[in-house]
Amino acid sequence: MRTKRVAIRNHQAESQLFFRRAVTSIVLVGLIFLILLINLYRLQVTSFKEFQTRSNSNRIMVLPVAPNRGLIMDRHGELLAENTPVYSLEVIPEEIPTLRATLEEVVELLNLPEELVDQFFNSLRQSRRFPQIPFTDNLTEQQVARFSVNQHRYPGISVEARLQRHYPHAELFTHAIGYVGRINRKDVERLRENDSYANYAATRTIGKLGIERYYEDTLHGQVGYQTVEVNNRGRVVRTLEFNPPKPGHDIYLELDLELQRLAYEQLEGRRGAIIMLDAQTGGVLAFTSAPSYDPNWFVSGISSARYRSLLENPDNPLINRATQGRYPPASTIKPHLGLLGLVDGIVTRETRVWDPGWFEIEGVERRFRDWRTYGHGWVNIDKAIIESCNTYYYDLALKLGIDRISEFMSKMGFGERTGIDIHEENSALLPSRDWKRGRYGEAWYAGETVSVGIGQSYWTVTPMQLATTTQLLATNGRKYVPRLLRATNHEQGIVFNPIQERPALEINNPRHWATIQSAMAQVITNIHGTAHNSFKDASYTAASKTGTAQVAELSVDADDNRIKNEDVAERLRDNATYIGFAPVEQPEIIIAIAIENVGGGGRNAAPIARVLMDSYFSSLRENNAPRSFINSQEEQLPAAAPGTAHTEVTDANN
Amino acid sequence: MQTTEERDRHPWLARLHIDGLLFLALVALCVTSLFVIYSAGGQELELVWAQATRIAVSFVVLFIIAQINPMHYKGWSVFLYVIGIALLVAVLVLGVSGKGAQRWLDLGITRIQPSELLKLAVPFMLAWYCCRGASPIRVWQVAMGMLLTLIPTMLIFLQPDLGTAILVASSGVFVLFLAGMSWRVVTAGILMVASSLPVLWFFGLHSYQRNRVLTFLNPERDPLGAGYHIIQSKIAIGSGGIEGKGWLQGTQSQLEFLPERHTDFIFSVFSEEFGLMGVVALLTLYGFIIVRGLLISVRAQNMYSRLLGGSITLTFFIYVLVNIGMVSGLLPVVGVPLPLISYGGTSMVTMMAGFGILMAIATHRRLVMSQ
Repeated sequence: MRTKRVAIRNHQAESQLFFRRAVTSIVLVGLIFLILLINLYRLQVTSFKEFQTRSNSNRIMVLPVAPNRGLIMDRHGELLAENTPVYSLEVIPEEIPTLRATLEEVVELLNLPEELVDQFFNSLRQSRRFPQIPFTDNLTEQQVARFSVNQHRYPGISVEARLQRHYPHAELFTHAIGYVGRINRKDVERLRENDSYANYAATRTIGKLGIERYYEDTLHGQVGYQTVEVNNRGRVVRTLEFNPPKPGHDIYLELDLELQRLAYEQLEGRRGAIIMLDAQTGGVLAFTSAPSYDPNWFVSGISSARYRSLLENPDNPLINRATQGRYPPASTIKPHLGLLGLVDGIVTRETRVWDPGWFEIEGVERRFRDWRTYGHGWVNIDKAIIESCNTYYYDLALKLGIDRISEFMSKMGFGERTGIDIHEENSALLPSRDWKRGRYGEAWYAGETVSVGIGQSYWTVTPMQLATTTQLLATNGRKYVPRLLRATNHEQGIVFNPIQERPALEINNPRHWATIQSAMAQVITNIHGTAHNSFKDASYTAASKTGTAQVAELSVDADDNRIKNEDVAERLRDNATYIGFAPVEQPEIIIAIAIENVGGGGRNAAPIARVLMDSYFSSLRENNAPRSFINSQEEQLPAAAPGTAHTEVTDANN
Repeated sequence: MQTTEERDRHPWLARLHIDGLLFLALVALCVTSLFVIYSAGGQELELVWAQATRIAVSFVVLFIIAQINPMHYKGWSVFLYVIGIALLVAVLVLGVSGKGAQRWLDLGITRIQPSELLKLAVPFMLAWYCCRGASPIRVWQVAMGMLLTLIPTMLIFLQPDLGTAILVASSGVFVLFLAGMSWRVVTAGILMVASSLPVLWFFGLHSYQRNRVLTFLNPERDPLGAGYHIIQSKIAIGSGGIEGKGWLQGTQSQLEFLPERHTDFIFSVFSEEFGLMGVVALLTLYGFIIVRGLLISVRAQNMYSRLLGGSITLTFFIYVLVNIGMVSGLLPVVGVPLPLISYGGTSMVTMMAGFGILMAIATHRRLVMSQ
């Protein structure tokens, strides 16, 4: 009975103890739940904004989308630079543990040149703008297929389809149009300075040279953005928002594909430049520098071997001879000097000089020889230009003096950039007394003035300067800025590039223009004219002046010094130069030519001008339709004021 | 009185040995589980079916165990415990490795995970042991009980399986606590554990476990490596806000930024999609199950049933605490699933077996009385 009671008491005590412990447990559990809840409240309510932002930045990515680059066309709409789809193999180095071995494997798999691997490691050292680095462009469809099958074996390597710049005419337009190349560190710095780096967020190439560089802003366009949702592996799951890029503007150049091709063919195997201008606008119809090279090599990165071969080529194909080549103008500046003589009243049309075949300055022993050993006899300004008489000009230059020559020639545009719309331009050199003191610390000698009289001595010009100064002679002193850009295709339609003129050259008596123009016309019409033979039976009138620049110190300066030239080493032969315009009465085109080491200009440059002029006038008459391509568009424009001059071209042939 | 009324209201439930309220709460959790797994598992029905099958199996186990009078297990306690220890030793010697740990025994036909058995064998053993002597239990009995708990805990810890070790240790300690272990011993124990932490740190933990703790203390230490899980989990929970992003709309989970979405980190998926409101509801459900379990234990007819029921209930709470604490950044990352919600089989069956025992305790009372 007693023990039983104890047992019952124990039982109750046990039960009560358990009850107390259970209650304690519930209280503790409740407290801990509260702590959990407070923490969750902190996360979900207090810090909600922060975590929402982090959640969004996890999943939302803004991807820039590159705009399509504007196309470049010639004046008739022929494509000169286009964007073609290419398959490129792109590599993310961080995702490949054994980079070299893997790439070598891929090279073997796709039968690619082995040098690509070294080239890739070179490009690795340059600055990176994108996680993927292109390994090679222009995979064939077969290569794409073969890689796709083996894709799983190469994580971190992928085939990407992209638009790439392509120049269908290869080397034909390189010096005018230039090319685009991969954006490098210097480009990035420049873009950052101009605050336009954001616009290049997705762009891989940028204009490096020529038109592509000069009109980069027009051609590039506006970057677009794509807001996408990505998963944890960065794969795009869906697009949330798309702001399409604004493509770059297409541009039309003044260049004419056929004239350009013809001009380039004329220079084949030679070194030199040919410029052809629209006389009434300054539009550049042909812009040739030979030798040239294929700009497509540079688009996706040129191999170092190829680049070295270009650099080490003795013919210097990288130099833009049309605007950077510095040539002694030789006799081509005789019309210009003649004009100065007339303007300053040193000579009149009737003034005659006796040419015994040489000239000498009083008190100086050296004799300045004429190219014709026995001389030209009595020479006036017409004859001096037609037969390219040196003695007349020795005399004239000496009478003018270097100061007057420098001043006037500078006004014509010598010694300064023409302002053509590419950055690769040289001002060449117009010598002056001050220049010589600054450069050599020496006084100017009278003998040097005499040499300047036949475009030698220190005087150098670019073929573009020859063309623009010739245009000035042809248009009675108007100074057009030469332009490659004809029109830009904006959203609202084609907008023409306005003609730019610098202040015209005013002279005291406008009749002097006609005097010089008539003398230049006689270079062709007169049987003694230096370009007479080259322009026999031409169906149009043309004005010309030939030149032969001495490269090595041979005995005399001369036009058509054929015998001697064939005897000397190729690089020591004379340079041929030529300027001309046609028709004489209402000039439409200007031509300037400089060819290195071929001999005299009358024989080697004038025939080229003939070919080009023939082509220009015959195609104008026979094939008017394509030429009016842009003009017809122009008529649709409400205000096409800047383009009116272009219609004159068409009107002129009617 | 109340129980009599309940039985009168639901005589068929009593006859089936089912506690209606507890059963409803469990079903609610399991249904929730299917919806969250569908969302977390990339919306594939395959996972949902697999989980549904497991739930069905688990409920069968629950139902079977509920039919057995708890006093019957009492006699098996020692036997189960000894078998469990033997299997744990066998695992350490002969076990099959997986995921850097040796947890399974290959029986040819199937693999078994003996540590799951211990989750029940330890409370059985401890409850049996505590019922033998006086009440409240003496200090030496507590020491003995601690030893009985420590042996399987260490064996599991060595596998290594920190999560199960913690659960097994908790289940033993809870029995001792409920059996009336004196507060002085509780205090001393807490102090001892605290002072042994540095020792454990340097000698007891594997480097990956040490990393987990370091990362827990500062997840941003290694945002792309070990800290990634916790950071992404906190982002998921936090970005859920009050109302949540909506079912199937959680970007952190749907876009796979969350690791272990349908297993250990399923709470983050739930919080992201259902927000604080869902979280409160879920915790209420868990709280209800815990209160209900303790209530059943309090009403039990004998000490053995009380201790067993209380331990099972409180161990269930430890699951909830460790899992939610882990994914919300309060506790280090320890592989403990969110009970009845996480995808996965073994622990669910064990847990349901535990609830079967609770059902048995709740419904076999009268029979004992009538005897």
